Amino acid sequence: MKEILSGNEAIARGAYEAGVKVACAYPGTPSTEILENTIRYREIDSSWATNEKVALEVGIGASFVGARSLVTMKHVGVNVAADPLFTLSYTGVNGGLVLVCADDPELHSSQNEQDSRNYAKFAKVPMLEPADSQECLEFTKLAYEISEKYDTPVLLRTTTRISHSKSVVNMGERTDAVREAKIEKNAAKFVMLPGNARVRHVVVEDRTVQLSKDGCSMPINRVEMRGGKIGVITSGIAYQHVREALPEASVLKLGMVHPLPFDLIREFAGKVEKLYVVEELDPFIEEQVKAIGIPVIGKEIISICGELTPGRVRKAFGLPENAETVAEKLPGRPPNMCPGCPHRGVFYTLNQLKAYVSGDIGCYTLGFMPPLSAMDTCICMGASIGMATGAAKVLSPEERKKVVAVIGDSTFLHTGINGLMDMVYNKGAATVIILDNRITAMTGRQENPGSGHTLMNDPTNAVDFELLCKAIGVKNIRTINPLDLDECKKVISEEMERPETSVIITDKPCVLIKREGIFKAGAPLQVVDESCTGCRACLKIGCPAIEWVPGSGKKGKAHIDPLLCNGCDVCSQLCKFSAIQEAK
Amino acid sequence: MSDKVTNIVLVGVGGQGILLAAEILSETFMLAGFDVKKSEIHGMSQRGGSVVSHVRYGKEVFSPMVPEGEGDILFGFELMESYRYLSLLKPGGTVVVNDLCIAPPSVLVGQEQYPADMALKIQELCPDCLLVDGQNLAIQAGNARTANTVLLGAVSKRLDIEEKYWLEAIEKMVPKKALEVNLKAFQMGRGLK
Repeated sequence: MKEILSGNEAIARGAYEAGVKVACAYPGTPSTEILENTIRYREIDSSWATNEKVALEVGIGASFVGARSLVTMKHVGVNVAADPLFTLSYTGVNGGLVLVCADDPELHSSQNEQDSRNYAKFAKVPMLEPADSQECLEFTKLAYEISEKYDTPVLLRTTTRISHSKSVVNMGERTDAVREAKIEKNAAKFVMLPGNARVRHVVVEDRTVQLSKDGCSMPINRVEMRGGKIGVITSGIAYQHVREALPEASVLKLGMVHPLPFDLIREFAGKVEKLYVVEELDPFIEEQVKAIGIPVIGKEIISICGELTPGRVRKAFGLPENAETVAEKLPGRPPNMCPGCPHRGVFYTLNQLKAYVSGDIGCYTLGFMPPLSAMDTCICMGASIGMATGAAKVLSPEERKKVVAVIGDSTFLHTGINGLMDMVYNKGAATVIILDNRITAMTGRQENPGSGHTLMNDPTNAVDFELLCKAIGVKNIRTINPLDLDECKKVISEEMERPETSVIITDKPCVLIKREGIFKAGAPLQVVDESCTGCRACLKIGCPAIEWVPGSGKKGKAHIDPLLCNGCDVCSQLCKFSAIQEAK
Repeated sequence: MSDKVTNIVLVGVGGQGILLAAEILSETFMLAGFDVKKSEIHGMSQRGGSVVSHVRYGKEVFSPMVPEGEGDILFGFELMESYRYLSLLKPGGTVVVNDLCIAPPSVLVGQEQYPADMALKIQELCPDCLLVDGQNLAIQAGNARTANTVLLGAVSKRLDIEEKYWLEAIEKMVPKKALEVNLKAFQMGRGLK
């Protein structure tokens, strides 16, 4: 059966065909759609975990009792899951375990551009790298065979252009030999105390040597000879760009990027006059090729930063570029919070109160954008609270009042709770705002432990944030309507004054929430032309539904697009002239 | 089948339905027996940001991204975004663009102005440019939300693919209750000179 699938859809299909029983993940662009597609197969138990570490641990648990499991995350998620990963490398598996890590060269939707291939080498785990959707399916299946044959977890690395590109895929059927789960105790292998781990470390080193040797005859590492002048070692999406830009070059296409098949690389190097490595991000392959004494050109001509394109590869090899760019400077079009977004009122207030806002990861990171301009730091998931604690420790009592951490519901549950517990435990004095919009919005509205529904759409327990904070020991907990600007200003400024930890929970759902009956739009608003003085107060919230219509000179009036307006009423609270009213 | 790969670049604003249009294009080319690749960025761009989708088809397609300066058709859903990405088009390439301006945030708040004469500037750089009044034609077809399908019809006329594959793809991708009006919108676009 032939279908056009994205890399993520093809990985989900591959997992299904491989007989996977458990799939677990924390959403993160560009990996999210893998689990959103494993739910199409009822044979797979798919779930959102609270974070990537837990997701991997769920996968490990299923593997140790014999089932095949799939765990997926974005590149920075691997940082969170690194602790279990490194020791899982020692224990090996029982049922096959594949961890998909989706890198994001060019930072299309990420806070850094780290190269996950380094994790494969660091954790001593084999890594496969597909170059299109067909390979996503096939490599996923192969990864389970390698995992069980070599007794190791396998990393499957994609990049945004693999995860989110679509291409034609020939699909197969689910294997008949699905592994059944049962308890099999084996302490020497699965209990990593020093005595056992020392023994396993030797196994790990031998495994890597063996895989490097066997990699030379794996069909996924293949030599394509097209003449002996130029040879290029490449993998993943870079392979496609090389084929596009250098159709005459001979290519060693690596399907397994760790461990490298060194004998095959030597053989290929011997067949070509000039050897290149074309790889995105770090000189991962290049440095290892150089280390075995083979001269090769790589990062001298290809940038470490950003993603590759056919044009960038062409340029690196001195070929003419076809592109002519439009010289004129055009207004940018950055993403923006939606009309009616419950975050807008909070960030407007924080701007007005001149808070020092310790930010976090989610839609609300857009609170950084002008005109809201109310975010001062953003590092990683859950960092806002710990960083607020640290800043408050060293600031003067007066400046300390300005410190406010903002964190979304899903991010708080991901790794924010620990930060809050630490703040209370160590008597930190800062304000924490939990922006509870009932969903993991930025990655496309996924359910989470606070939303009351699972990935499979079953109703389940919803975390009670207020009770949770109380149990941690927070004394000052207040819940506010973030669309009410007076309430926002009153409560946030009062809590900022307090010389101890306080938590404010906002209580309005995301406007894009999929489940019915959660979000209810208000009646659209309109600007009454005769009353509008053109004072621009309503423009300070940066709502996409409000447009400035220039008049003569500096004059002008605001206009509200009734098709975009969700009737949240935030703008009307800013209008001193009662010019914004319900549309008739 | 010739070895030539045909390149289409779709550009516009997040939320305009660009991804669905790219899906229908890809499906059509696969049904017509071609190798197809499509690439786009989700994530941040869903929140009203600039969106670019690449669709390529031919006997064998390697990169999913249209090489800079090799686009055969620029399929624009909004004027300024179309102008912004003209560099992806080859010299003498074709533009099919919706006659629509959507103000970006800086224009909404009155900090910058929407650049003037976008349609004229596109036409100056690309003489083979079809400006489509998508909204009005969609209303004539019976539903203001079928502007994308009108544009798709106009694009289809400029590609050498049998009509039956277009219709089959639309039938597969568009919800049943909206099918009739979409087919009508498609034909209206296809009829544009």
